[in-house]
Amino acid sequence: MKRFVGFIKKEFYHIFRDTRSLFILFGMPIVQILLFGFAITNEINNVDMAILDHSKDATTKEIINKISASKYFSIKQILERETDIEAVFKKGKVKAVLNFETDFGKNLIKNHQATVQIITDATDPNTANTISNYINSILQNHQQEQNKAIHIDYVIVPEPRMVYNPELKSVYMFVPGVMTIILMLVSAMMTSISITREKELGTMEILLVSPIKPFQVIIGKVFPYIFLSVINAVVIVLLSIFIFKMPVQGSLFLLALESVLFIISALALGILISTISATQQTAMMISLMGLMLPVILLSGFIFPISSMPLPLQVLSNIIPAKWFIIILKGIMLKGVGLEFIWKETLILLGMTILFIGLSVKKYKIRLE
Amino acid sequence: MKKTNVIQVEDLTKMFGDFKAVNGITFEVKKGEIFGFLGANGAGKTTAMKMLIGISIPTSGKAHVAGFDVFTQAEDIKKNIGYMSQKFALYDDLTVKENISFFGGIYGLTKARIKEKTKELIEDLGLQEVSNQLVGSLPLGWKQKISFSVALLHEPKIVFLDEPTGGVDPITRRQFWEMIYKAAHDGTTIFVTTHYMDEAEYCDRVSIMVNGKIEALNTPKKLKEQFQVDNMNDVFLKLARG
Amino acid sequence: MGITVSNISKSYKGVKALQDISFEVKPNELFGLIGPDGAGKTTLFRILTTLLIADKGQASVAGFDVLKDFKDIRKHVGYMPGRFSLYQDLTVEENLEFFATIFGTTIEENYDLIKDIYVQIEPFKDRRAGKLSGGMKQKLALSCALIHKPKVLFLDEPTTGVDPVSRKEFWDMLKRLQQKNITILVSTPYMDEAALCDRIALIQDGQILQIDTPEAIVKQYPKTIYNVSANNMYQLINSLKDYQYQHSVYPFGEFVHYTDVRNDFKINDLKMYLEAEKLLNIKIEKTQATIEDSFMELAKYPNRTCKLSKT
Repeated sequence: MKRFVGFIKKEFYHIFRDTRSLFILFGMPIVQILLFGFAITNEINNVDMAILDHSKDATTKEIINKISASKYFSIKQILERETDIEAVFKKGKVKAVLNFETDFGKNLIKNHQATVQIITDATDPNTANTISNYINSILQNHQQEQNKAIHIDYVIVPEPRMVYNPELKSVYMFVPGVMTIILMLVSAMMTSISITREKELGTMEILLVSPIKPFQVIIGKVFPYIFLSVINAVVIVLLSIFIFKMPVQGSLFLLALESVLFIISALALGILISTISATQQTAMMISLMGLMLPVILLSGFIFPISSMPLPLQVLSNIIPAKWFIIILKGIMLKGVGLEFIWKETLILLGMTILFIGLSVKKYKIRLE
Repeated sequence: MKKTNVIQVEDLTKMFGDFKAVNGITFEVKKGEIFGFLGANGAGKTTAMKMLIGISIPTSGKAHVAGFDVFTQAEDIKKNIGYMSQKFALYDDLTVKENISFFGGIYGLTKARIKEKTKELIEDLGLQEVSNQLVGSLPLGWKQKISFSVALLHEPKIVFLDEPTGGVDPITRRQFWEMIYKAAHDGTTIFVTTHYMDEAEYCDRVSIMVNGKIEALNTPKKLKEQFQVDNMNDVFLKLARG
Repeated sequence: MGITVSNISKSYKGVKALQDISFEVKPNELFGLIGPDGAGKTTLFRILTTLLIADKGQASVAGFDVLKDFKDIRKHVGYMPGRFSLYQDLTVEENLEFFATIFGTTIEENYDLIKDIYVQIEPFKDRRAGKLSGGMKQKLALSCALIHKPKVLFLDEPTTGVDPVSRKEFWDMLKRLQQKNITILVSTPYMDEAALCDRIALIQDGQILQIDTPEAIVKQYPKTIYNVSANNMYQLINSLKDYQYQHSVYPFGEFVHYTDVRNDFKINDLKMYLEAEKLLNIKIEKTQATIEDSFMELAKYPNRTCKLSKT
């Protein structure tokens, strides 16, 4: 036991003296969460727009008021001529222009139909698309209210409602993904690097020719990273709660347990990687290419699994991160308990046991 | 018969902050001479050599290598010297021939010349059978002989050798020194940095650096007489212990 | 309780790293394994320290079989691998403490064993190992290998890349350790270190050329060696090599070591030949063989020496 404690002490020396890794370890989760939360977002806010109102009647005024009252848009300019539209776009002053036809209000009453043109700056097609959707929904909303006022007949308007993320906050979707990536990276990459470093430096030779047992070396290597990963998970959850006001609906205790399970599976993967790589560089390459890319691309974090080609959908099943993201979303966003995610938990548990078994079997007590 | 100096160093100094890594060294090396540049780890010999091969600018002093000033003509120096170190010599994942043409190309040899030199080198070293093998698969002694020949490809005036024969078997090592004697005989100056004192015994003259200064400079024979010992190792021990 | 190696063979990817190696190291002996890089020294060390398994043959260390009792061996041997293998980011003291703990001991318990060595680096005990000079690193590595009071100490090329002063100090330390009932197996590519061992094995290309005391090996050198020097080394070597009676011609520092095939060799004959070759300042005198001469002679006829060493 004393040996083991001595070993862990040594590992912590390594970690805390390598300031660069330490920075990555703790800086990365914060930077990633903030990046995904603030910068890489597909919500829109305070989009500058201009209005060209050929009608200038009560209806258009009402719509314009509605739009400017929403926090999504701010009306910067009222245009007078069609030719102004291009000019205002070219100057880059606005992202969208709303062009009401002449006699908009009259047409609406007379023909039950009126036209308004939504022109968006499609240099950024995603944003353009979102903007036009938002404006559409404001227009529809207005139309519904009008219809209610006039006919009391059943007017059925499709109402797209976003569940679990009613405000379409993308950060809610990113938090589980980022947490998965970071836990994977810290656990798997860092352990595999720290084990292969001993091989590269030749210290592994001395450790082997000593009474310390192989499993003590493995546990000693892994233990500090369980600790660090848990801290990371806590930091991420705290950041999302306090900075992005994202509530955790489900049980924090369950969340912690599931996270530890995933961390252990990632650590086992890290050990597995270290058994097949001779240098730190190889370990890092395998961790990045073999673990990070699949986690980012195939876990459903960025690209929805349901829209992948079938072979990739099948492939995604063997990625532990996929199951962990489902579990995380379940607990954090839907607030479900173990009774809804036991299947995923069981799969993850199975994978973890498999990885541990493999890495123990693969771990060498000699040099070849 | 007076031979010309190909390396002329006067009061050369290199400072790192307040630390004098090289502290006013003065010496010259003649054409065709085998000059041993000795010193313990950290005595300043690597720093001094870096200045001479034009990759580090001295703090003060004067130095001419192959007729060029180390302050202003570093690029000309690089064209006129060869360099071989034990740490890096050849690419293990290229064949013998590929290594030769690569290094020939770096020094601007024409294709025809590279072809001619390759043939010559392979014949001289008896490498016909392994010329298309990866260098990594060859024994250490062969690699060293090849890399020395490669350092001579562009017929430099001076070849700098950094600990060239550490760890090689005694016979190969002597074959290596025979190659060095031949090159020196053909007029190439050989500048050997090393901390293996038995390598020093093979040099025409040696200098010994201690703490940034040259503390002794003479032929091995005279040094041994001066310190009344029978090998260079003991000369070094006496010097280093002050 | 020393080391016994019998008929050990080991191949790596088709290369025979060790071929039928047998030797014995007596208790408390300082035994040297002398040979160039690639001779198989490290492979042999790794087999004896249980890091590799031999293809053929048996070996025991301190009475334990390298295969069956590998756990016991790991408790009782000290091992210093070829390259510096300590934690560069740990301080001198932390390194020592770490190795003491994993061997289940403390620095205090075995301090008297390492005291001689450790006092020299103790002033730097708070310095990171990576920032030490070559000689100090080596002393620290030796202290770490000794901290659990091993019965057998394996030192794989401990003096490679170390300057002459530190090399000398290191050998002095080994001599003192020997007095403390430790069997030492040390390897080196430097022939001049051979004389410092009790007995040595000369090894090349995975084969042992000869095993004996350094003095006996030198004494067995079959020829008389002459130191030859002249005004031009290059011409001298060429002329000697062209001489019809030469047996061996090896540059040796400022001299050439020359041996002749004839038993009734006369210095003057050679001198006249060299003078005819237009060499000046010719000096020829008898000299003592060194381990290096013996090594080269044995390596020249490896088969003959095998027979010799068996008798």
